[in-house]
Amino acid sequence: MEDNLHIPTVAELVGKGEVPDLLFWVGCAGSFDERAQRITKDICKILNHVGIKYAILGTEESCTGDPAKRAGNEFLFQMQAMMNIQVLDGYEIKKIVTACPHCFNTLKNEYPSLGGHYEVIHHTQLIQSLIDEGKLKPADGNEFKGKKITYHDPCYLGRGNEVYEAPRKVLETLDADLVELKRCKSNGLCCGAGGAQMFKEPEPGNKDVNIERVEEIIDSKATIVAAACPFCMTMISDGVKVKEKESEIKVLDIAEITVKANKI
Amino acid sequence: MISQIVFTLVFIFSIAFFYKNAKTIYRNIKLGTQTDRSGNKKERLKMMLLVAFGQKKMFKKPIPAILHLFVYVGFCIINIEMLEIIIDGIFGTHRFLSFMGSFYDFLIYSFEILAFSVLVACVIFLIRRNILYIKRFRSHDLDNWPRTDANLILFTEIILMTAFLVMNAADAKLQSLHAEHYVQAGSFPISSYLIPYLPDSISSLVAIERTAWWVHILGVLAFLNYLPLSKHLHIILAFPNTYFSNLNPKGKFENMPAVTAEVKSMLDPSIPPPSGEVSRFGVKDIQDLTWKNLLDAYTCTECGRCTAACPANMTGKLLSPRKIMMDTRDRMVEVGKNIDNPQENVSEEKSLIDSYISREEIWACTSCNACVEQCPVNINPLEIIIGLRQYAVMEESQAPSSINGMLSNLENNGAPWKYSQADRANWTN
Repeated sequence: MEDNLHIPTVAELVGKGEVPDLLFWVGCAGSFDERAQRITKDICKILNHVGIKYAILGTEESCTGDPAKRAGNEFLFQMQAMMNIQVLDGYEIKKIVTACPHCFNTLKNEYPSLGGHYEVIHHTQLIQSLIDEGKLKPADGNEFKGKKITYHDPCYLGRGNEVYEAPRKVLETLDADLVELKRCKSNGLCCGAGGAQMFKEPEPGNKDVNIERVEEIIDSKATIVAAACPFCMTMISDGVKVKEKESEIKVLDIAEITVKANKI
Repeated sequence: MISQIVFTLVFIFSIAFFYKNAKTIYRNIKLGTQTDRSGNKKERLKMMLLVAFGQKKMFKKPIPAILHLFVYVGFCIINIEMLEIIIDGIFGTHRFLSFMGSFYDFLIYSFEILAFSVLVACVIFLIRRNILYIKRFRSHDLDNWPRTDANLILFTEIILMTAFLVMNAADAKLQSLHAEHYVQAGSFPISSYLIPYLPDSISSLVAIERTAWWVHILGVLAFLNYLPLSKHLHIILAFPNTYFSNLNPKGKFENMPAVTAEVKSMLDPSIPPPSGEVSRFGVKDIQDLTWKNLLDAYTCTECGRCTAACPANMTGKLLSPRKIMMDTRDRMVEVGKNIDNPQENVSEEKSLIDSYISREEIWACTSCNACVEQCPVNINPLEIIIGLRQYAVMEESQAPSSINGMLSNLENNGAPWKYSQADRANWTN
């Protein structure tokens, strides 16, 4: 394991008179949430492994404004967006990969009309293209071989942007026993975190949304749930804990699965 | 001759009344704000052909989709028969189109098959709505009038189709008895089974045939005028509503131009703040919604697929996207009535938020787009929910306290949690 991996910032590269080919937009969860940080590091390992010249913004990165926009604070969203656009344009960033479907959606769809035009991809799309190019190949006898794996579609990756195939293609290379959840792809069920729900208590009801989702995951008999969003990761992991299934069901991001399968 | 005059008058009156109602609907939709849905004509046409004409999204649920297809195709094609009925009614002819010979027989043959399939489908729909336990039809959203509305529509369709078949059966028997005026025309695969139950006297048969003819045409004209009051407008509005669909990715929410102007002047003092009247931020009432949101509300047929797929609703929260659309329409109709009768203006205190849609509903939404995805006619309840949130947050500063906490963290630290911006890259150490 490359735990002493050096993660370059754009400022550092520019200081050396270089520019990154790809900006890795880490996101707030990826920066601060302990569980999501592990995914962030795995994405860096992948980028490093395939030799992409990438960098992060580090302390110059700020929230895309997604939770503010979904919560109805358009002012705060546009303030965040315009400040981020200033930073991104200052560094002449052209291509961005994100670890979070919310950052992905906002940067890709909502920044252009405010003046921020970038090619934005989600990390599952990057991993898929690396597999297609032959730069990533699961090691023989990878630990996922034959395991029952399912995939939870994040709303802002799936329905929001119709990215259904990239994460599935990654899983297909594992030689695993893939199962779909009853509600998947365009009919996928939300984890319960979107629309700024992550930051508040749910309204009164008879169940939490993540429990509804985890019950479906349990029904699928999968032992690994692949996620592609740090918020889905939190919600599903919490649900698995509530259902006391932690020993039977692992929740892993597509990036973590890739790192393990490729023995990076 | 008298019946021709009566028919012509009833017909003209029905069309005029429908025109008046249609004008009100158009006026109400125009109460909304602007949104540009004009570009990409080719893609729009394709969307309309696939989703409205081709019923693509209905097939997410195959059984109701097939039954609905029967009713849809049946209704569209049987309307060709209406042309003949209107000509016969005005000019006192009988089976005017029968000069087409064997093609006419083919038409009547198909109409009968279709009429029968509509009838069967409507009976099954009634059973599904009232006897089987299908959650989206049992919801409180439909209590009182909406549930009656749905049943009335199905009953009317059954009566119309029955009248059509009885009329044909009596006609066929009169033809076989070589009654005067009853030309040998048509082919009756379904109604011929009814012939044995009809009387043998020509005068009774004529009475039955005429009664069924009048029931059918008066029923159709009544139905036409019931449409604007009912949830059934989708048979017309599904087409424009899908044509004017949002063609962007569902995850993309429009940026508010009024806010952009203000934010730009805040960030760059050399840009003057926007002048002119300050518009309202977000949606308080239906006049703050776009005309497309209002067209959506009129198009909604209250099928409840949105609510059935809503993660908040299925876990027992108050939010129901279908109710959002029904409330929007009810409020729009109320505002429209107030405009028409200003002296009776009793609801000026009311607004879409609070009077119709509660705060608890709008804050339960996860913005997952499941409702938008499910809608067979591309209605977007999510836009309305976010608009209401924008009003609550930007005009009233009334958000749940944890949301306010998140927003102030974001404002101060550039992250929704209480972490310092300076610690953002600590994970790299």
